[in-house]
Order: sequence, then C-alpha cells, then structure tokens
Amino acid sequence: MPEGHVPTAGEAIIDREGLQALLDALGARGFSVIGPRIRDEAIVYAPLRNVADLPEGWTDRQDGGRYRLERRGDRALFGYAVGPHSWKQFLFPPRQRLWQARRTEAGFDLLEEPPPSERWAFLGIRACELHALAIQDRVFLGGSHPDRSYAERRRDLFLVALQCGEPSGTCFCVSMETGPKASSGFDLALTELLGDGSHRFLVEVGSRAGEEILAAIPHRSAGEADRREAEAVLDSTASRMGRTLDTRGIRELLQDHPEHPRWEEVATRCLACANCTMVCPTCFCSTVEDHTALTGESAERTRLWDSCFSLDFSYLHGGSVRKEIRSRYRQWITHKLSTWFDQFGSSGCVGCGRCITWCPVGIDITEEVRAIRSSLLEPTHA
Amino acid sequence: MRSPDPFVPSLFRVDRVRRESADTVTLGLLPIQGEIPAFRSGQFFMLYAFGIGEIPVSVSGLWGQGPLLHTVRAVGPVSQALCRLRPGDTLGVRGPYGSPWPLPQAEGGDLLLIAGGLGLAPLRSALLPALAERERYGRIALLYGARSPADLLFGEERSDWSSRDDLQVEVTVDHASPAWRGSVGVVPARISHTRFAPERTHAFVCGPEVMMRYSAAALLGAGVPPARIFLSLERNMKCAFAVCGRCQFGSTFICRDGPVFAYDRISRLLSLREL
Amino acid sequence: MPDPKVVLVRHPFFAGIDPSISETLAECAHEVSFPAGRFLAREGEPASGFLLLECGTVALELHRPGRMPIVLETLHEGELVGTSWVIPPYRWSCDVRALDPVRAIVVDARCLRGKSESDPKLGYELLKRFLPLFVQRLEAVRLQLLDVYGETPT
Repeated sequence: MPEGHVPTAGEAIIDREGLQALLDALGARGFSVIGPRIRDEAIVYAPLRNVADLPEGWTDRQDGGRYRLERRGDRALFGYAVGPHSWKQFLFPPRQRLWQARRTEAGFDLLEEPPPSERWAFLGIRACELHALAIQDRVFLGGSHPDRSYAERRRDLFLVALQCGEPSGTCFCVSMETGPKASSGFDLALTELLGDGSHRFLVEVGSRAGEEILAAIPHRSAGEADRREAEAVLDSTASRMGRTLDTRGIRELLQDHPEHPRWEEVATRCLACANCTMVCPTCFCSTVEDHTALTGESAERTRLWDSCFSLDFSYLHGGSVRKEIRSRYRQWITHKLSTWFDQFGSSGCVGCGRCITWCPVGIDITEEVRAIRSSLLEPTHA
Repeated sequence: MRSPDPFVPSLFRVDRVRRESADTVTLGLLPIQGEIPAFRSGQFFMLYAFGIGEIPVSVSGLWGQGPLLHTVRAVGPVSQALCRLRPGDTLGVRGPYGSPWPLPQAEGGDLLLIAGGLGLAPLRSALLPALAERERYGRIALLYGARSPADLLFGEERSDWSSRDDLQVEVTVDHASPAWRGSVGVVPARISHTRFAPERTHAFVCGPEVMMRYSAAALLGAGVPPARIFLSLERNMKCAFAVCGRCQFGSTFICRDGPVFAYDRISRLLSLREL
Repeated sequence: MPDPKVVLVRHPFFAGIDPSISETLAECAHEVSFPAGRFLAREGEPASGFLLLECGTVALELHRPGRMPIVLETLHEGELVGTSWVIPPYRWSCDVRALDPVRAIVVDARCLRGKSESDPKLGYELLKRFLPLFVQRLEAVRLQLLDVYGETPT
C-alpha cells in the first residue's frame, strides 16, 4: 500500500489507548491485523485484535541454536526481536492450492483459485522484515510472469512497521544495511518509547493510507524530546547487534570458492533439516504436489514450501544432483549471499538471524563466511 | 479484471500421435480455445497430465506450422502418462518459456547441430527453419547419436534430410549388431568428419549433459569459439518462470536464462560437481 | 595403382609430415582393397601393421559365443585402423570387417618397428601422431561406456 508520496506531516505520539484505537481503526477498515503473539513458548505472528494480545513484558534470548522467552522488567509491548515466523507465510503460504481440475465428458476443466478474501495489516514489521518483503516482491513480482496470488495478497497490505528497540543475540541487520531503522516501505512506523515513566509510541507516516488512519485515532504532535528518545532507541539497537557479517566482496568470495574445504567441514555439522530455509524471510523455493480424488474425477495442484536442503529438490530423472550435504549447504549460502545479487540485484540476506537461532546445531551464517574469508587471508606455507 | 495466473495451464487436445521408437512419441497438440502462443525454436512448454503432474518439454516443431509438437520419452510418471495419450485426449499446456536457439546470430556462417538421444527433438526445431531459409547459412551439418539403431528418432524425416545435398547428416550409435550398416561410435568423434569452418561456425548441442560436455570439448579442439557453442541444459523445475528456485545453476535459472546457454557463460559451472 | 607415398602424405593422419619421414613410411607401405563383408583382420592374429582408410568403412567387432557379434566402433574414410602393432604381443584385439568396398594403404609395422628404434626422429613422429589417437579413442570409449542415452541413468 505505501506509495511514492510521503506525507509531510510530522511525527505523532500515541499512547497505549492510541495503539488500541489503531487496531480498531484498521479493523473498521476491513483489515485483519496480524501481529506478534506468544504461542508454544515463542513469539509468532498471528491474528490479534487487542493490545492485550501482544507479548507485554516479554523478551527473547537468542543465540546459535537457542531461543528462550524471558520476563522483562517493564511493560514493553515490542521488547523482543524476531521469532521463528516471518511474514512471508501470509503472502507466500506454506501450502497453497494452485488450481483444481475436474473431469468432463470431453476431457477436463480447470478451476482457478478465488482472490484472497482477507486484507491484512501487519503490525510490528521490522526494518529487516520490510527489506525481506521488498526482496520477495522482486522475486515474485519482478519477473516476466508475476505471481498472481502473491500480487493479490500484497496489493492490499497495510504495514505498521516497528522501529526495532531490542536486537537479539543473532541479529546483524547493521552489517546487511537493512536496519535497524525502517525509512520507507511502510504506511505507519512505531517507535516504542518507555522513558519518563510514560509508555507511548512515536508514529511516522509513510503513505496517504497511513496518514488517513493516523487522523482517525487520538494522537498529539511529537516534540523534540520524543524525537530524541526515538533516535536513541535506534542508536542503542544498532550498537547491540549480536552478530556481524563482513560483506565486502562477498559475491566473489563465495562464487569463487566452490571447492573450499569449509563446505566439507560445515557438512559434518549440518543435518540438512531445512530449518534455516523455513524460518528465512526471503527463501522462496517451492515444490508442487498433484493429488487425485479416489474416484479419479478431480485433481488438484498444490504449492508447498520446499528447501534446497532436501534431496528431492535437485532430483533429475535417475538421481539428485546435490547428493552431498556440502553441496546443499554451499547452494544455500552461495545463493543467499552471492548469486542473489546476480539474480535480483541485492543480497538475499537481511541479517535477521533466524537461520542461526533456529539451526538445531547452531550453524552460524556469519561464522561460515568469516571462516572462508579468514582462510584466504592466511599465508600459505610452502 | 484479474491478471492471468501464470500457474494455470491452457487446455489443449491431442490432435495426433506419432510413435518414434519403443518409448518415445511425438504429440501434435491444438488449443481447445484460442491460438497456439507464439514460440521460438529451443523454447519449452510445461505439459500437464491429468492428476499425475507437469514436466517441461522442449518444442520439436515450429510455430505457425500446424499443431504444437512435443516429443516425449516415457521415463517417469508424467512422461509415461503423456506417452499414453491418444488423439482427442485433453492435457494442460503452459508456456512458452526459456531462451531460444540463436538462429539469427548463426546466419551467414556454418551451422552445426549436435544431438544425442531425445536431444534431436529440440534440434529439429532449429534444423527446420534453417533448412527453410537455407540460403542464409553456409554449410549445415546434423550429427546425431543414439543408444542403438532401434532408438533413432524421426526415421522418415531423417532419410529426407540425408538425401539432401545441402545438408551433411552423420548418424552414429553407441551399440549395434553387425546388421547395422551405419556408424558405431560416439557423437564427439564424428565432429572431425564434419565439414565446417570453425571460425565461422555456430554449434547447437542438445543431449545428456556428459555428451554435451564431451561435444563442447571436441568443438573447442576443432577451433569453434566458446561463445558460439550453445548447449541446452536440463534441471528439475516446477514453475518455469524463476519463482520455484529449483532449476538454479550457479546464478542462472535454467528455466529463465536457459535452457539454451552459450558455452562461455556456463563452462565453469559445468565443471563443478553437484552444483 | 597410385603411388603409396602420394596417398600416404595426402592422408589426414599424416597431414604435414616431414618429407624425409614420409619417404621412410612409403618404403613400408602398399595399397590394398577389400570387398564388402571381408575381414581385414581377425582377433588374435599377428598385428603386422596399420591401415590408412582411403575409402569405405570398417567395423571393429567382438564375437561372442551364441550371440551376435558386437560392433565396438566403425572407422571411416580418412581414419586409421590398427594400433595393436605398437605394443607386445602385437596381436589384433578385435575383428576388423569391411562394411563397404574398402581401399587402404597398409603400412608394415615390422619394418617400422625396426626403423623407429634406429631412427628416433621417425619414432618420435609416429608417437606424436599415435598418442592423440589413443587418447581420443580412450575418451570415446569412456563416453560409450556411460550409456548416456540408456533407460536407467545410474
């Protein structure tokens, strides 16, 4: 929904009631609001209606292969980083029927899927995730055959961004230049302010639709102190990144070393479980399945998330091309950090850290790059 | 008005079926509604068999000349189902996709078509237009290798091609009994028996990847510049328009950037294992 | 009969050869012809030389008891037949059968082997021309072995 026009109105301040009013206003305009909620001891993205649905007073501790929710000492509503979910599940569903076929006297007919019935508002989408969204936009919409279902879901989206106040131990958006500040691509952006004993949100407007919603909810103009506090939040986040990734020459670094011994080394740890690709907000690989009703009268085609870590992914009549885990890990990281530039003009990594946190053995994309880079700097001994 | 859904095929009807060998047929397809979409030699379509699935198949004919022709070999569930289709049956078709053989670029020089097995089908779609505008090319040669004499495709047409004096046809098989009167040996070995001027030749190669690698090496050895050697590659693909991610080959998507690639662009990738 | 030396220096296998060497080769060469179907050599026979095909095609065949012989390779105009003369025990390793009427230059290896020992320049020239042939045929056999067009790729 954000368009080129950026309203000139200055930032506003809303309080907790204002945030509830925002949810109500979005609901009144036909949006189903999706936002962070606690499910199964993790913060996930799910439908919500009330401020009380948000994970108030919770934060997350993240490291390689580790994720744990902990209590905060305050009532922050957004005091955590990203969890196992990414927003891609809504625009590119993990399982999605593409069409159905029905037998007829003459042969068969095809039934297309209806347009989506819901319009979504994403509450709390962070800078790294907005970048991931933009990356998936290029994948699904930038080619010669735009993906219609993605386009239809994307078109009506209302985006309430969150200026990130709490990086995790696996975050590295600063290295990827995707955060922590969201500067465009949203309708509204919130910075949660907890200082001075008053819980409030600084609201930036990124589109006409955002401007219209803001006008409909109680707010006041932001003052200089509010702005300074909001800047301090982002500065603090930027200074507390859990990881760093040196991206200099990374495209060549990976493409030029397909036979590096590190691929073999990481393969001894990698389980090829595909967790990293499932939690990644930009991974877009998929497969299809065909099902036929037992009567043989109807059939349907379904698209499912797939992963370059599965053996079946590279199957070519007779066998899989990437039999070894080393080849599959190499494919994933080389695609993500290197060939993505050739294909879509940017990195495929936004530095959200999910692949590190959710790897059952704690393989760290930043560490793997560091290992390859540093091995090339070592002097070779004769 | 909704935009078209690129995943939804169009319905075509089988107009004719020609058996090429024990496991290979050529299907002639006509749209149930509308026209056959414009395509170029070397491109491919996704063919859907009801309830079974969808596979990429290169065109073996020309646009604007009768039905859409696809030559299919029964090797997997979908290709087996396609090979069982009979005239009047319905199937799903979407496309065309991918890069064509660069015929216009080859004009004015010699043209070498090197086919292995089913690879003759996509190259037939390059040979026919070249023969139709024969005067635009120098020498034209077709080198065709198959497993055995019984596996050779397009029998009648090949004898027509062999009888032309403006086309050199070299056919060779890997295995034969003494009853076979033709050549036994591999395709790359036939390159040295082919008349062409390497520095002004374009070579189009289609067949199993190993056969293409050996052929490219023989062409390089004969002096054909790597930028003028074109291979048609194959990988697993589901969408055919670069969103399913499966056919990635280095930076390329074979469905979008290929299947036809200039050798100089992919030679390094071809040498990598399990890419 | 044409002069074997003229045919020999014009044959692709000896393209660009030093005249003094072609002179020596010609001393060991004579022309032969075979009708279609005739065996030029049989497996196990002494390999006393090689043939430079001027026209016609020959098949290299292996016979198998109770089954049809298998054709290993066909060789055509401009190609060389026979490499068994290079290494002991100097015996043909397969049958060689003419598929069409064949005309060829036979080079007597018994004569060449002796001359190569005493004339390293001749020996080296032969080595340079035969070695690529061995490599090309080895590569071709590898590719053939793969059965790349087979039904079940493995």
